[in-house]
Amino acid sequence: MSFARSFRLSGTGAPQLATLAVILFANWLVFPEFFDLRMQDGRLFGSLIDVLNRGAPVAILAIGMTLVIATKGVDLSVGAIMAICGAVAATMASDGYSLPVILIAALAVGLVCGLWNGLLVAVLDIQPIIATLILMVTGRGIAQLITEGQIVTFTHQGLIAIAGSSFLGLPMPVVIAVVLGVAAAALVRLTALGLLVESIGVNRTASTYAGVDSRSVLITAYVVSGLCAAVAGIIAASDIRGADANNAGLWLELDAILAVVVGGTSLFGGRFSILLSLVGAMVIQAMNTGILLSGYPPELNLIVKAVVIVVILVVQSPVAGRLTTFFRRR
Amino acid sequence: MTDDRSTAHAATSGAPAGPGDHRSGADDAPLLEIRGLSKSFPGVRALDGVDFRLHAGEVHALLGENGAGKSTLIKVLTGVHARDGGEIRLGGVPIDAADTADAQRLGIGTVYQEVNLLPNLSVADNLYLGREPTRFGLRSARRTAAMARELLAGYGLSIDVTANLGDYSVAVQQIVAIARAVDLSGKVLVLDEPTASLDAGEVQTLFGIVRRLTARGIGVVFVTHFLDQVFALCDRATVLRNGRLVGERRIAELGRLELVTMMLGRELEAAQLHRRRGEGPKGEAFLAFEGFGRHAYVNPFDLEIRPSEVTGVAGLLGSGRTETAKLLFGIKEADAGSATADGAPLRLASPRAAVAAGFAFCPEDRKTEGIVGDLSVRENIMLALQARRGWLNPLSRGESKALADRFIKALDIRTPDAEKPIRLLSGGNQQKALLARWLATEPRFLILDEPTRGIDVGAHAEIIRLIERLCDEGLALLVISSEIDEIVAYSDRVLVLRDRAHVGMIEGADVTVDRIVGAIAAEGPATAAGVPA
Repeated sequence: MSFARSFRLSGTGAPQLATLAVILFANWLVFPEFFDLRMQDGRLFGSLIDVLNRGAPVAILAIGMTLVIATKGVDLSVGAIMAICGAVAATMASDGYSLPVILIAALAVGLVCGLWNGLLVAVLDIQPIIATLILMVTGRGIAQLITEGQIVTFTHQGLIAIAGSSFLGLPMPVVIAVVLGVAAAALVRLTALGLLVESIGVNRTASTYAGVDSRSVLITAYVVSGLCAAVAGIIAASDIRGADANNAGLWLELDAILAVVVGGTSLFGGRFSILLSLVGAMVIQAMNTGILLSGYPPELNLIVKAVVIVVILVVQSPVAGRLTTFFRRR
Repeated sequence: MTDDRSTAHAATSGAPAGPGDHRSGADDAPLLEIRGLSKSFPGVRALDGVDFRLHAGEVHALLGENGAGKSTLIKVLTGVHARDGGEIRLGGVPIDAADTADAQRLGIGTVYQEVNLLPNLSVADNLYLGREPTRFGLRSARRTAAMARELLAGYGLSIDVTANLGDYSVAVQQIVAIARAVDLSGKVLVLDEPTASLDAGEVQTLFGIVRRLTARGIGVVFVTHFLDQVFALCDRATVLRNGRLVGERRIAELGRLELVTMMLGRELEAAQLHRRRGEGPKGEAFLAFEGFGRHAYVNPFDLEIRPSEVTGVAGLLGSGRTETAKLLFGIKEADAGSATADGAPLRLASPRAAVAAGFAFCPEDRKTEGIVGDLSVRENIMLALQARRGWLNPLSRGESKALADRFIKALDIRTPDAEKPIRLLSGGNQQKALLARWLATEPRFLILDEPTRGIDVGAHAEIIRLIERLCDEGLALLVISSEIDEIVAYSDRVLVLRDRAHVGMIEGADVTVDRIVGAIAAEGPATAAGVPA
């Protein structure tokens, strides 16, 4: 039943899927080998795989961001949480801890960060943009404290395997993103969490008056976002075999927000779809990769991105909605 | 009680316009004349052919309960909303203000309860914002200050005009706002609930200023729900109810009782007043509130709730009706007294706690506090039940569909299907869906705040029948309404509120419109025996 709902929402995701198709097609035009795939050592290689692999961290951030935005909030701190958790993982890896301990510690730190944001928003009633700005600003400082100002590198094979290994031919980050995405979609739709999140996002007062425990639902959303950022941070650290407190996850909060918005979740809260946010993340990464492959200067990337996003937002805007109804009536 | 004068028809045809009935002379053409003004919003007819006349030099009270159309009238007059029909004449000339700035140019200024000025700018800058006096083409702070001092001196206000407006009390800010509005417009001044946040002394100062303005020939429209102030300050009153004109009266000829009757109305046909009151066993009280109250919110009160009993709550706007409901439902936590359910202590710290105790509450402001607009009718109906079960214990799609369909049928909610977003439904159907949301939780005690506000006549009657049916099924209800005749129709007993205190309980055969209106209109200290003969 609840999966039927996800599919129904995916059904309305035609604009997102069409955008993705157009961008992939454009990539093929500028780079004819774009869809070529090679199998080597039991692992797939090719530009398409690159898009998936490079897009995985933003896709994972977008999972948590979707829930937060659906509550009419926003989480600006996810990039900084990535840096903190990456620093934790890298430092512990260079100190020789075992993989499970490293993962549990990094995830726990992400959970605490999410809890902090959630408490500020839900209990102290601070506007989400300000509340999460606090950790966005201080987070990188915290990460530097953990790494003692150094770029920590490690040769911990277990941690390196997180980003470096593959499963069924696919890079591990892609597998993690897909598993997390499906698991989160199942969590919100097989329980009533999704309904309560949407209800709070549309009208928090009315939801609270209806007996919804708005505070714990809000805190849950920010905690999930913190956990997702922790996973993305671990992958980023594993990918570069080290932690760079200044650059890990830099500006990725903005890409994650974009992915969610491109995926059709309104910044005004309410209806959301985690799976479409994943598509949104792929749209963004496909553009990034396409411009790199085309040989145009990377600076162009930002402009092209802006144009595509404007187009998507205009298509989704209420004004466009009214126009289409108008023309359908003719 | 003069029945004929309280009906809309009799009132308009009998509107007084005799010579010499006003100090500036009503023989003159009115300064401001509104005829047949109509304005509709989706699903609501906010104004329906309303007439309003304001003479130069008079203070004219515009009265009515929430939803009567006062705000809409003012917003149409001042160009915030475009009107659908009717005519507005100022000094005999038809006007059509495009926006508030346009209205000010034409001569109509407005001051709202919340002062709409900039607290971080100086008093002088606020007075001349957007029209700063210049010297050789440059803004001159000194000239601005000098002009501001002179302007405020005319209001008996001698303050440092270079200090920030936000440093002064609300009363001073209000006077500054009035000074600016009058200086900009100069013919008509609209005061929208100006005294709501002032103390008694400040109110007197404000009244002095208003009288000084009327002496200068300015017409003042005074919107308030403090009846004492109407009698103290105003020359004339126009009463609206449900978007229609009830009548215009001279204050000198108007009794308190008549005014309250005009505001609260008695329009339902006798045939609708069919409830058999006081029949059948009511059972034992299962809820008891003792000395229950909250400082500066609602004075402590005692209340017992019995099954199969409808307790009506009557009082004017601001008397503490909604506040009582919010206190009972845990939206505001009581800081005095105790509540017990079946003899056991009950702590009502949140709506969640109230729901767990079997309470339910349909708020007055359906749109912002009731419906979750973008969600479907089904999701809105299941919301309270799902919230009580917790998110780990979801209603399946099939269960929620069955639940929604059952209530859509039982309450005759008119919607093409359960998946339609609730905001697209009419007010009456939204209200029924909200009732369904609570009935799905099988409550013991249902609080309804203005359940028939803003819904059409047909749905109105259905809601009243529903209230009676629920009561017969054993539910305890507390129903707040501005419509006295409606309260009389379904209540077993009526709680009367005045000035944030419970002042009386009218029971059994005494539940009549006259007794209730009398208790509301009674002056003097709030005592339980506040029902005059």
